[in-house]
Amino acid sequence: MNSTPTTRRLVLTRSAAVIGAASTGLLLPELAQAQSGKLRVGLMLPYTGTFAQLGVAIENGVRLAINEQGGKLGGREIEYFKVDDESEPAKGIENANKLVQRDKVDVLIGTVHSGVQMGIHKVARDSGVLSLIPNAGVHMATRAQCAPNVFRTSFSNSQPTRALGAAMVAKGHKRAVWITWKYAAGDEAFEGFKEGYLAAGGTIIKELGLPFPNVEFQALLTEIAALKPDAVACFFAGGASAKFMIDYAAAGLKDKIPLYGSGFLTEGMLDAAGPAAEGVMTTLHYGDSIETPRNKAFRLAYAKTFKMQPDVYAVQGYDTGLLLVHGANAVKGDLNNKAVLYKAMETVTIDSPRGKWTMSKSHNPIQDIYLRVVQNKENKVIGVAAKALADSGAGCKMG
Amino acid sequence: MDFPTFLIQLLNSVQYGLLLFMLAAGLTLIFGIMGVVNLAHGSFYMLGAYLAYSLSAQLGSLTLALLVGTLLSVGFGLALEWLLFRHFYKRDHLDQVLLTFGLIYIFEELRSMIWGDDVHGVAIPALLGESIPLTANLSYPVYRLFMSAVCVALALGLYLLISKTRLGMKIRAGAFNRDMAEALGINIKLIHAIVFAIGVGLAVVAGMIAAPVSSVYPNMGSQVLIMCFVVVVIGGIGSVRGALISALLVGLVDTFGKVLLPSVSGMLVYMLMAAVLLWKPEGLFKQ
Amino acid sequence: MSTPRANLEVFPRSVRLMLWLGLAALAAFPFVGGDFYVQMVTRMMILAIFAMSLDLLQGVSGLVSLGHAAYFGLAGYALAFLMPQNEATSIWLTLPLSVLASGLAALVIGFFVVRTHGIYFIMVTMAFAQMVFFLFFDNKALGGSDGLYINFKPTVSLGGWTLMDLDDKKTLYFFTLATLLLVYGFLRRLLWSPFGRALAGIRINEHRMRALGFGTFGYKLTAFSLAGALAGLAGYLWGVQTGYINPELMGFHMSAHAIMMVILGGMGNFAGAIVGAFGFEVVLHLFKDLPQVGSVQLGKHWQLWMGSFIVLVVIFAPRGLLGLAGRLGRHKGAVDE
Repeated sequence: MNSTPTTRRLVLTRSAAVIGAASTGLLLPELAQAQSGKLRVGLMLPYTGTFAQLGVAIENGVRLAINEQGGKLGGREIEYFKVDDESEPAKGIENANKLVQRDKVDVLIGTVHSGVQMGIHKVARDSGVLSLIPNAGVHMATRAQCAPNVFRTSFSNSQPTRALGAAMVAKGHKRAVWITWKYAAGDEAFEGFKEGYLAAGGTIIKELGLPFPNVEFQALLTEIAALKPDAVACFFAGGASAKFMIDYAAAGLKDKIPLYGSGFLTEGMLDAAGPAAEGVMTTLHYGDSIETPRNKAFRLAYAKTFKMQPDVYAVQGYDTGLLLVHGANAVKGDLNNKAVLYKAMETVTIDSPRGKWTMSKSHNPIQDIYLRVVQNKENKVIGVAAKALADSGAGCKMG
Repeated sequence: MDFPTFLIQLLNSVQYGLLLFMLAAGLTLIFGIMGVVNLAHGSFYMLGAYLAYSLSAQLGSLTLALLVGTLLSVGFGLALEWLLFRHFYKRDHLDQVLLTFGLIYIFEELRSMIWGDDVHGVAIPALLGESIPLTANLSYPVYRLFMSAVCVALALGLYLLISKTRLGMKIRAGAFNRDMAEALGINIKLIHAIVFAIGVGLAVVAGMIAAPVSSVYPNMGSQVLIMCFVVVVIGGIGSVRGALISALLVGLVDTFGKVLLPSVSGMLVYMLMAAVLLWKPEGLFKQ
Repeated sequence: MSTPRANLEVFPRSVRLMLWLGLAALAAFPFVGGDFYVQMVTRMMILAIFAMSLDLLQGVSGLVSLGHAAYFGLAGYALAFLMPQNEATSIWLTLPLSVLASGLAALVIGFFVVRTHGIYFIMVTMAFAQMVFFLFFDNKALGGSDGLYINFKPTVSLGGWTLMDLDDKKTLYFFTLATLLLVYGFLRRLLWSPFGRALAGIRINEHRMRALGFGTFGYKLTAFSLAGALAGLAGYLWGVQTGYINPELMGFHMSAHAIMMVILGGMGNFAGAIVGAFGFEVVLHLFKDLPQVGSVQLGKHWQLWMGSFIVLVVIFAPRGLLGLAGRLGRHKGAVDE
């Protein structure tokens, strides 16, 4: 066990490992800190995995907005830094620090998954970096843990479902069953639904929950049939949404018990779900078919640039870009001028494809929620379910 | 719960259980006969789903897609066995865990590069698209009955293959005592290749027939993988009969658990496994 | 069907020299590296402690656990529950309690799990870890799927004197380094103690050990619990450093990464676990930060590179970096197959 050539090799391999680790530390800080005068924009999005589609859409939206507004931020050139967050909450802080501490970005745009957002939020609060949330609806970011440097351009988890209740009662569906996954986003979506539905005079017969990310719905669909509600309201996102609608239809429930949901049920899922989705009504802060010149122009520009159709995620990314441009222009590119920067972002009116919206005191959008129905594989907007809906911001100590 | 609902939930349990069985059977076969831990089994399931999506789009019908897909998967299984897995039969379980974990990464990325990250649907063939009304409100989709029928047919086929054919005899001999079987002139290498291909084939076919009801999306393999492992452990590694009983048991616990004990339903199956192992540390049916 | 391993347990003189040099490099690093890298190396050291705890189980005792991360995360949760929202608590309280929590959980779960063998053990450990995962994931009271924040670093003070401020990144670095060395020293002594020798014997041939009169169940259970407690120590430090605990820290991926780290470095001697932890993280970061070549964003496909790397390691370097050196040397007296 002690032969010389072996130990020589051991020496080599062992030292290589240690020196390698040390030298990465020695070299890279120099590269990252090189001053270039460019404004550093950090994008922390899912580029792999289940939410990769969404990450791409958001980034596309951000870039489109910035390019349309001249391609510069407050007159400064932009340097983009990207980190794939892999939708891994355990690595959230590490990945956020790559952008904030290693690449020293001036603004951090991210992310989709709420668990990862928790990590980003911690880094944002500790470091004070400007943090723009283009999707994750986790309540705490604009409630109990709100911060002056954190702005959200998407929604809070309870906003879309808050508007659902009134629409359902208006159609005469006063006794409903709610179904979703048992996890934070599901709980928060339920919070909104419960508030809105009860306020409109509806009754929730039963609240059904599946362990996340279980997609075996049969047992609970049977339960729903046995409960005989007027309607079913739900929150599902991702591949499971299509499966749920397919299973719901296959169980014969579709024509007997109308299905409603948070808009994420039908976003990007209509091809996969096919005829099972027809007639499903959802509420969301955007609809592809919003008939305004602004939306039409946006959709045209997006399709031309990226050769695909935009969705709500692209719009959220786009609005993030608009917000950033507005703020950067207000401080002429000096993002260290925080008082002016935050004031500009707090008082902005975003002329979004979803309609004009403003920031609430806790830095969440105050926006219209649309009622949509699926017709011919399209989410057709048939009305406004709630006008200028704000998140409660409960527990936020700002403003 | 009234009686009709109870019966329907029973039906749901059996249907889910049978699908799990199809996946678990492949896993337990590969474990039992070749002693290989295969964490990438879920990836084969996902491959099946994506194949169903692509092939039915290209060939126009799901049935054709099933046939072509099965052939492709058997070929894929043989290639994979020959290239990689056969060198790992004698290796530590640890090495197998590591190898197959690396394979999961590779398959996930290949899937992303070949098919992208979008969510897709697979159309149910019109013949099977109806639903049978069971109660005033609830219908049962014929396609799910078809799925269960396929699983039962495969289970029967597997049973017949292993206990009634010469090939099955050789497989059992090889599993019992590899060296002796080889000494008696049985081509163990070929047997192992065939068993591996069958295992992979079962997973891929499971993915294919489940695709219309489960949709096709990234990471769908990892969700079934763990459930699959639990089924195999409860049933006893290497026992196909055990996998069947255990899969049905898991189907029952999962289905009724969701309805009766929703607050712990996520953990119920694991609790079942813990209970079984306390009673019988090597699963219900030792090989 | 698995062949028992003979591990590299005695280090030749030059390896020992290398280890001292490595230590010197680690000690000097905070003075040359920037904040981000000091944090990164701190994290790698925490993972190294986690890997060493798994090495006790996997490398020394031959028990492959696919659920070791459960004990890692549990200690983090213990810290999160013990630390009030508005002020810091003492390390003297939180550290022992968190480590104890992990150790106890390992004892309880081990009682169920250690009675199984081989493949069963592997899968049963995974399933129990999943149970713990769902326990935290499904329950809002325990933090739910979004996890919990730990708002402060624990205080280290004695009789009114603040001994060290863990908020300072360099201090935390050295605290972690000290812990790493303590754990390493402890485990090396354990390896050569009668207890450690018995574990190695169990790894090589459990039947023989039983025939010799050893109560193997007790030995394995003790090793399992001890490994769990040490994983908890690492998890505690993780909670202190990041201030955020999430159920994913107890998940399957975390456990699998730990296994890979231990194998990559070389099992059974704890130094390999450290090398493996560092090596794994470095390789992972390398792949993720690959530049764009032409129109292909190489870094985006890091999963492909990582997966291939793992497969290649298993095929060509199953004894890890240390073992690879041994095989290349190809001299008698090197690691046995």
